[in-house]
Amino acid sequence: MVNVDSQARLEMTQPVPPVSHRRREFSRAFRSLVTSRWALVGMLILFVACFVAVFGPLLAPFDPNRQNIMARLLAPGSEGANGAVYWLGSDHLGRDVFSRLLYGARVSLLVGVASIAVGGTLGTFLGLISGYFGGWIDDVIMRLGDIQLAFPFILLAIMFLVVLGPGLVNIILVLGIGQWITYARIVRAQTLSLREKEYVEAARAMGDSLFSILFRTILPNIVAPLTVIASFNVASVILSEAALSFLGLGVPPDVPTWGSMLAESRDHLLGNKWWLAVYPGLAIVFTVLAFNIIGDWLRDFLDPRLKERS
Amino acid sequence: MWSFLIRRLAQSVIVIIGVTLISFISLQMGGDPTYLFVSEAASAEEIQRARVALGFDQPLHIQYLSYIWNALQGDFGNSLSYREPAMGVVLEAMPATIELTFFSLFVAIALSIPLGIYSALKRGTPIDGGIMTFAMLGQSIPNFWMGIMMIMYFGLYLGWFPISGHVPFLMPLAEGNFAEAFGNLPQSIYYMIMPAIAVGSYTLARNARLVRSSMLEVLQQDFVRTARSKGIKEKQVIIHHALRNAWLPVVTMIGLEFGFLLGGVVVVETVFSYPGIGRLVFNAINQRDIPVVQASVILLALVFIVLNLIVDLIYSRLDPRVKL
Repeated sequence: MVNVDSQARLEMTQPVPPVSHRRREFSRAFRSLVTSRWALVGMLILFVACFVAVFGPLLAPFDPNRQNIMARLLAPGSEGANGAVYWLGSDHLGRDVFSRLLYGARVSLLVGVASIAVGGTLGTFLGLISGYFGGWIDDVIMRLGDIQLAFPFILLAIMFLVVLGPGLVNIILVLGIGQWITYARIVRAQTLSLREKEYVEAARAMGDSLFSILFRTILPNIVAPLTVIASFNVASVILSEAALSFLGLGVPPDVPTWGSMLAESRDHLLGNKWWLAVYPGLAIVFTVLAFNIIGDWLRDFLDPRLKERS
Repeated sequence: MWSFLIRRLAQSVIVIIGVTLISFISLQMGGDPTYLFVSEAASAEEIQRARVALGFDQPLHIQYLSYIWNALQGDFGNSLSYREPAMGVVLEAMPATIELTFFSLFVAIALSIPLGIYSALKRGTPIDGGIMTFAMLGQSIPNFWMGIMMIMYFGLYLGWFPISGHVPFLMPLAEGNFAEAFGNLPQSIYYMIMPAIAVGSYTLARNARLVRSSMLEVLQQDFVRTARSKGIKEKQVIIHHALRNAWLPVVTMIGLEFGFLLGGVVVVETVFSYPGIGRLVFNAINQRDIPVVQASVILLALVFIVLNLIVDLIYSRLDPRVKL
């Protein structure tokens, strides 16, 4: 799911700089973002997507689930009976495509971010433990991950979701658990090298609690590579969610999603109702593209050594 | 060599046990699994009878052992919609899926290597930018949407390619009917072109980027400089010195790639009504035909594990630094 070559090269283990320094970093990030045109485009798309996800109900001209037998399969730009315009057309039940698209942003972004939060937290926690303690704990955790990776992920998700049934929480959990090993591996590798560093040694010597050593001393120093991976990961999770929704395993049918809109569009391909298939697909592509671009930019920004090479 | 093989096989066995454990757990997660195996209209007695017949009244560990025992014999119960053993139904759909998976891999690799190299050689030019932009897009387009778009444009609008169906190649080949198999081959490929591009687009895009970055790295290495300074032609340097090293990361990825491709095939087959495991799974999901879903997923996982094993063996031959 993630770019493995990028992942392998992420080795950023400087101690966290003081606050004033961090503020300078932030303005450096801002400048880098503005000068890198692509990254700016990515951010812009992401901003629009988030805006739509939050304010969708205010922007949507129609109730996304309201069916209207009189307004079935209208072409984009058609005017409805009460003068309202179907900007992106209507579907086979007379529902407004534009409104459904706006609501669909919520599911995609929510599932993308929440799954990463679940998988990232779980993976980071297990990775820290695995790397810090080593030994049999490490072995068990890593072998578990190997087993999971030996399973094409989408198949695993299908198997669980068929039994559990569709639902927002289920899909977030399944997609999240699918990601933990990526984080666990990176965090483990970093922790292995960090635990020998002087400042970790110092924390230990001063009698810091285990919790404090793991989460206050070690974790802040591995956040950088994690954010890069997370950005790519959100992109791939959004793709997975769309695929699962397409298969009918996503959220319940009364919640509009881009994937389920595409699934419904298949029945109208022969009738050349292109707007049913084109718009939800574009919405997915732009959102995923934004996360991929930002991931690329973050990687270059956080590890300038890579930029020289590419 | 042998110790590597044995270790790797042992690993695969552990993984397969893990796979059965996970699939067993997934069955139990929704509560009493009996309900997954009976129709919704079943009466209380019928359900009880099914529960006893399927062994779901036994303690969990007994259930798991018998699950593994049955799974080892390929017995996942009868398909609820086909009324015959689920594994048989899945195996029938298998050759079509294997054909599509390999053909997509072939398309993805055959295109990504030249694209990646060309991009690396033209580094910083608009050509490089163009290829990389396409690669970025390829990694962001859902494969099934790509399939839908191709059906709409190349299938329905231009009428260049068939929008659904499949001509078998492996099936007659396995039956020893070579004349039929190779007679089918051109048609078979013709029908697979659109689905294969849809399935392989992500792999193609990622590998193009991978080849490019590893090519750029290799081109800076001493042995390339040495080769150039010896006056060897640039073409030779690239093909004989650089490429041989640059495509190693691609080979490493192929094993993982199968996982993606198999996953992608499952979804894309549905779009093209392609008669493989994917479409079978899709229909089984809609009919809640759990035995078929389980048998398909486990069989695909097995295929993935075996393919990975093969890739590892090939890789160790290609790169002598990998100790066997």
